[in-house]
Amino acid sequence: MYQLTDVTKSYTKSKHTVTALKGVTLTIPSGQMVAIQGPTGGGKSTLLQMLGALDRPTSGQVMLGDSTLSKLGDTKLAHIRAKEIGFVFQGFNLIPTLSARENVETALAPLGLSNAERTSRASTALQSVGLGERMLHLPAELSGGQQQRVAIARAIVKDPEVLLADEPTGSLDEETRDEIMELLEGIWREKQLTLIIVTHDSAVAKRAERRLHIKGGTVKEL
Amino acid sequence: MFITYLRRELVNRRKQTIIIAVGMALAIALVIIVNSVAAGVKDAQTSVLGSVYGVGTDITVSKAAAAPGADGTGGPGQRFDFGADAGSTTDGSTAVATSRLTAGMGTSTFDATALDTVTAENGVSEAAGVLTLTNTTFDGELPDFSQMPQGAAPGEAAEGTAPTGGADGAGGSSFNVDSFTVLGLDPAASAVGPLSAVTLTDGRTLASGDTGTFVAVLDSAYATTAELAVGGTIDIGGTSFEIVGLVESSSGDASTASNVYIPLDVAQSLSGEDGMISSIYVQAASADDIASLKTSLESALPDNTVSTQSDLASSVSGSLSTASTLVGNLGTWLSVIVLAAAFLIAILFTISGVTRRTREFGTLKAIGWSNRRIVGQVAGESLVQGLIGGVAGIAIGLVGVVVVNLVAPTLSATASTQTAGGLAAPDGAAAGGPGMGGGGFGQAAQAATTSDVVLNAPVTVSVIVIAVGLAVVGGLLAGAIGGWRASRLRPAEALRAVA
Repeated sequence: MYQLTDVTKSYTKSKHTVTALKGVTLTIPSGQMVAIQGPTGGGKSTLLQMLGALDRPTSGQVMLGDSTLSKLGDTKLAHIRAKEIGFVFQGFNLIPTLSARENVETALAPLGLSNAERTSRASTALQSVGLGERMLHLPAELSGGQQQRVAIARAIVKDPEVLLADEPTGSLDEETRDEIMELLEGIWREKQLTLIIVTHDSAVAKRAERRLHIKGGTVKEL
Repeated sequence: MFITYLRRELVNRRKQTIIIAVGMALAIALVIIVNSVAAGVKDAQTSVLGSVYGVGTDITVSKAAAAPGADGTGGPGQRFDFGADAGSTTDGSTAVATSRLTAGMGTSTFDATALDTVTAENGVSEAAGVLTLTNTTFDGELPDFSQMPQGAAPGEAAEGTAPTGGADGAGGSSFNVDSFTVLGLDPAASAVGPLSAVTLTDGRTLASGDTGTFVAVLDSAYATTAELAVGGTIDIGGTSFEIVGLVESSSGDASTASNVYIPLDVAQSLSGEDGMISSIYVQAASADDIASLKTSLESALPDNTVSTQSDLASSVSGSLSTASTLVGNLGTWLSVIVLAAAFLIAILFTISGVTRRTREFGTLKAIGWSNRRIVGQVAGESLVQGLIGGVAGIAIGLVGVVVVNLVAPTLSATASTQTAGGLAAPDGAAAGGPGMGGGGFGQAAQAATTSDVVLNAPVTVSVIVIAVGLAVVGGLLAGAIGGWRASRLRPAEALRAVA
C-alpha cells in the first residue's frame, strides 16, 4: 500500500523554481488498478517517480508498505526498486544490444540468482506475454507491440508488488494498445499486484478501478 | 549477466571498441618498440664500454691530460733524434730505425700508490692499475750526408754532379711512422680491467709468473693486420717481446682496449714511467655502493678524475650516441604523447558512450541496478577494450621489434678513452698507421676506441608487463571516469533527460 502525506516536489533550474507536486496526500491500497491522467507538465511523471522510488520529495513523506521511501538512501531505494517495483515505459527502454531474453534477465541481475534460474524465469516471463518464439531477437528485430511485451515481461519477471506504467500505450496503434492493455489487466488480475498507469488516453484510463487527475501539482479523484 | 552484457556491448558497439583498441594498441606498440630499442642501445653502449674498460668495472680513476704548453712542453709530443753516425749506410743511403714507448696520447700518468688508496676504501671489491702507452716506430732511408758537398742541402748535388743516394737513388728521403697502443697491466689482476672482457683465441693470456718478463698478448685483429702470431716476436720500445697469446672482444663486435698487452712493471720500465699508472679499474662490492664509493674516491684522490659507468656512457659518441639521444628524448616523448592521446581517446569515447547510454543506465537504475553495478559494468567494458588494445599492441610491438632486429642497423660508437684505452681502430689496425698519422712528431691524437655495433632490440618480460600494465591502467582510467559519470546520473533525471 502506498501512503503519500503532504508531498511537495520542486525543481530549481536557472534560479527558477518549479513546483511539480503541491502537498499531495494520497493512499493507494495494495492490489488496486489506478489510472493517473492530466495535462502535460501537470506533475504525472513526477508523481510516478515518487511512487517508483526514483526520486525523493522536497517535503512530505512517501511510504510503500513499511518502508519510508522519502528517507531511504540510494542503495536501499535501488534494493526496493529491484525487488518490489516493476516499470513499463512509453518508449519501452530496452537495451538495444541485448536479446529479448537478456533484456528480461537484466531485471533479475540485482537479485543474485544463478544463471540457470535467471534464464529459466526470463523465458517463462516471455512465454507469458506471448513471445516464447522471439526470445533471442534483438529489440530492433521486434515490432513496437512486441518490444512493449518484452518490457512488460522485464517488469513482472521479479514478481513485484507494484507495476508502474508510464504511458505504456503511448507509442502504439489502437489495436496494439488494446492488446497491451489486455495483457496488463490480465497480469494485474492474475498476480493481484498494484497497477498504476499514467496515461493521456481516456480509453486506457477507463479500464482502471480508480482514476486520478493531476493538474498544477494537485491531485483530484475523478 | 555482467559478461553477457559486456560481450554484447563490445560486439554490437564494434566501432567504438575498435577505435579505442587501435589507439591503445598503437601507443603500447610504440612503448614496446621504444623500450626495446632503448634496451638495445644500452646493451650496445655496455658492449662498447665493456670492450674498453672491461666487464665488471664500475668505476675508473684517471688523471686529466695536461694541455700542451705554448713552448711545446707539457704535451705528449715526441721527438726522434738521430746522431751523425746513426743507421747503416749502403750505396749512398743511410737506413735509420728507432721506436719509442711513451705515455698514450691524451692520457696523463699518476703515482701507482693511488692504487693502494683505492684498495683501502670500503666498498671496493677489486682494483687494478694499468699504464696506457703508445709505441711509435720511425724508420726510413736518408741520403748519405757525409758525401754531400759543404753547404749543400740534403739531396742537393754539387754543381755538375747528379744527386745520388737516398730512397730513390737521387738524394731523396722516405720515412714511415707506425704506431700501436700498448697497455701495461698487472698479470695477477685479471678479475677487473680490459682483459676481463676478452676471449682468448690462441696461446695463453698473461699470468702471475709473467711479471718482469718480455711477453705480450695481442689483439687478434691487430695481429692479423700486422701479420703477427703466437710464437713470434714484436718490437716494443726497442725490445723484442715474445707473443704468447691472442685475444678478441667477448662481445665480438668491438675491438679490445689495446693492440698489445704487456706486464705493467715492464711497461713502466721501458717507457720511463717507473711507479706510474694512467688508470685504475675499480669493481664495487655492491652496485648500490657505486655512488657513495665514487664520492669517497673523489675525496681520497682529489687530483684524479673518478668516473662511473654512467659517466663513461656519456663519452660514447657516434651514431650509437645519436640513436641513444633519439630514443631517450624523441622516443620517450613520442611514447608519452601517443600514450596520453590513447588514454584521452579512451576516456572521451567512454564518456561519450555513457552520455549516449543515458536512457539505458537510467532504465537499469529504475529496475534496481545499483550505482556500483553500473560503474562495474562501464569499467569492465573499458578495461576489456584496453586489454584488447594491449594484446594487439604487444603483437604489433613484437612485430616492430622483429623488424628492427631483421634490419639490424649497424651503429658506430666512439668511446672517449682519455681515462684509459688506446687507439684501436674498428678493424684492429693501429690508428697511427704508416706515414705521418698517429702519435708522432708532437701531433695531438684523439684517444678513442671506435667500434661498429649491430643494434639488437631485446624484448624482456618487464617490457611486456609494462605494456599490459599500461593497457590495464588506460582501461581502468577510462572506465573509472566513465563509471563515475554514469554513477552521477540520478534515475529520475536520466529518464527525464531522455524524455
